[in-house]
Amino acid sequence: MPGPLPLLPLKAMGREPPAPPHAPPPGAASRRILAIWCARLAIDRWRLSEGLAMGEGADAAPLALITETAHGPRIAAANDAGLEAGAQPGMMLADARTLCPQLAVAPSDPAGDLAFLEKLALWAQRWGPWSALDPPDGLIVDVTGVAHLFGGEEGLLADARAAFARRALASRFAIAPTAGAAWALAHHGRAGGGQSAILRAEDDAAARLGALPVAALRLDDDTLTVLRRLGLKRLGDLHGVKREALVRRFRNRRSAAANPLIRLDQLLGRVPEPLLPVIATHAPLAQRRLMEPIRHRTLLDRVVADLAEDMARQLEGRGLGARRLELGMWRVDGEVVVRRVEMAAPSRAAAHIASLFDRRLEDVDAGFGFEMVRLRAAWTEPLALVQADIEQDGEGDGPGTSLAACIDRLVVRLGMEAVRRPVSRASHMPERAQRWQGPLEPEKTSLEEFDFHHRPLKMLDRPEHIAVIYESPDGLPRKFRWRGTVHEVLRVEGPERIAPEWWRERGSARLRDYYRIEDGEGRRYWIYRSGIAGDGRGGTPDWFLQGLFG
Amino acid sequence: MAQATPDSIPSEAPPAIPAPGALTAVRKAEWRPGEVSDEVPHAEIFARGGEATGTALALAFARDRMRAARPDPVADVPDERMWLWVQDREALRRSGRPYRPGLPRGLRHRLIHVAAASAEDALFALEEGLRCRDLAFVVGEIAGNPRALDFTASRRLSLAAERHGVPFWLVRIDARRDLSSARMRWEAAAAASPPPRWNPQAPGTPTWRAELFRARRHPPGTWTLRDDGVLAAERPAAASSEPLTMVPHGLFGATMSRQDRLARQEGQEARSETG
Repeated sequence: MPGPLPLLPLKAMGREPPAPPHAPPPGAASRRILAIWCARLAIDRWRLSEGLAMGEGADAAPLALITETAHGPRIAAANDAGLEAGAQPGMMLADARTLCPQLAVAPSDPAGDLAFLEKLALWAQRWGPWSALDPPDGLIVDVTGVAHLFGGEEGLLADARAAFARRALASRFAIAPTAGAAWALAHHGRAGGGQSAILRAEDDAAARLGALPVAALRLDDDTLTVLRRLGLKRLGDLHGVKREALVRRFRNRRSAAANPLIRLDQLLGRVPEPLLPVIATHAPLAQRRLMEPIRHRTLLDRVVADLAEDMARQLEGRGLGARRLELGMWRVDGEVVVRRVEMAAPSRAAAHIASLFDRRLEDVDAGFGFEMVRLRAAWTEPLALVQADIEQDGEGDGPGTSLAACIDRLVVRLGMEAVRRPVSRASHMPERAQRWQGPLEPEKTSLEEFDFHHRPLKMLDRPEHIAVIYESPDGLPRKFRWRGTVHEVLRVEGPERIAPEWWRERGSARLRDYYRIEDGEGRRYWIYRSGIAGDGRGGTPDWFLQGLFG
Repeated sequence: MAQATPDSIPSEAPPAIPAPGALTAVRKAEWRPGEVSDEVPHAEIFARGGEATGTALALAFARDRMRAARPDPVADVPDERMWLWVQDREALRRSGRPYRPGLPRGLRHRLIHVAAASAEDALFALEEGLRCRDLAFVVGEIAGNPRALDFTASRRLSLAAERHGVPFWLVRIDARRDLSSARMRWEAAAAASPPPRWNPQAPGTPTWRAELFRARRHPPGTWTLRDDGVLAAERPAAASSEPLTMVPHGLFGATMSRQDRLARQEGQEARSETG
């Protein structure tokens, strides 16, 4: 369903693996890795979305999926008829049209392909406990020690082949001790053979894979060109060259995709290759489908309170606290209203959650009524189970709210930007020496101001220009006018010279001479002169008032 | 609940209203810094906008109270609770934003600052802060006499502060003395500081002249206050002991039990008569 709340809460990539899946170090117990290559993923997805079988309807005619580029549409994938007619992936559409004028086109969808691959990776966990993405069109599954459940590795491959065939996805498979070897066999091994797609731990990998092209090393195009020019076309050719020569040739290539030696070592299991597994996490979710659409605020509050109770129970079961909550309200006419609240500290107090939403629901337009309300914890953090405080349950008369709850309430009404705390920052410029951050975020260690620096209690948001009477251009101020009042300077200390930070500011920035002054009524200010006369960075120096002492 | 009745004793009680004997006895004790009182303070400090006197004095009072408080015998860690500083937009414009390097050393890492857009928002933030058990104290800064800050609002703040035991100082910037349920009301201005020993030309320890013009427990008076480690208070010389402002305030107290709007009207009339 389209909408701001994705129905399948899935955070797939970039998570910490539960057990870091490394390829085996040499001599360790052998791993078994299943590589799956969906060779025609984009075109298969297009066909499935159209509801066509292979070579049926629109798929019988030449068709290409195109990507818009700066130089015009370019072909991303083509179906069988299109390939036969001469359309190749990577070709400009105009060129393909000269070969095959009746070529039909559809837009390609790389993001959708990746999302589909992500779901496919989760589905592929039926063959092993963890799976990883191999973008753009591959999957890698760890099948160490699970092959016997399918009657051996041949049985596992047959099962996988049948499962992918049921989904009408063209795919190729291989099992090998390393991800690199499995990838090479899946992509470049001989087609079809059940036995040939399995590389056993006791097999000699270098000999078995020697006949594969160097493209089986997962290298980028530039490196492949270099290898081809060197005359190294097969993996076996690399073994024929002295290793030192290759090391010298590729000594500047740090990334694995550009260095054939790293890839070769990964393929043979000499260096580990970490892979990021896909892990499905389901955001805690509570929802109510309502028998009658509700239009009144009191009823909505009741539903929200119920949802908060459900959510609190779910979070408690998982030992989590919510940091961000999304409340989606589906209207009868199809609109979805979403309200979000974010909390300063993880919490699962139902009354607190309901009271935070209370204020955010003031401007909700119910229209003809809401028929479904859903509460989802989009961001959770671990929160240990604690014994509930009996006194704390009584809202109002009890001993008050906690700091996090207080900040949540302030933030919900006043906004994130309004509730902050100052922290110091390493800078000489007074206005840069403090920055603002969220009230409960931890403070970074930094050097405080020195004790002998007198700094004002309050600082104006921007220094205000003052007209100053002084004895000499770089002497002490005598009198100044600020906000329409003339202040007589009775006592003064200074200057404290603060040079501009040349590593950050422009060269024309002027230094500042700060003076601490006290006027005739005892008011204490911090004023500065921007620049000195004759420093070649502007005319007569201006004076500014920046801070107020207590 | 004795505290629920508003403070209906005017500071300079006219002889027509006899003051209850018990209260006069209580009020005999003169205010002095560093005394431990059970009462949770809700004080107002009137100050001018172009100086930081009000907040500086509020922080001095807060530190004085923290120093005077008896340490909790079972606490094994010092009190490091956060404190809240709420400013409305006008107060922020007139007197600036807190600057961490200039804050007192024990307080600078514990500050939570709220920049409220309006006086209503500032009052909301103050009340939320006063209800919070994890705050050491609350300082508010509100400029002028906004409509939202009437006697009812001030009473709400007083009750919240007392119920939850959170000390509260409200700085009123460029405001006239209106109705309030604050337990102590000060009028403060910057005063000439004592010359430092090594450089008599330099500004010295911050000094303020503060007039306590109404208090529940203390007789009014004027002091020169200075915070260098301990809050020092001394009576100024007789020559300079005239009141700080020209605005009369003695007539407000008698009208507190009536409706607030009525009271304010009467106050304005009274001011026009005397002024």
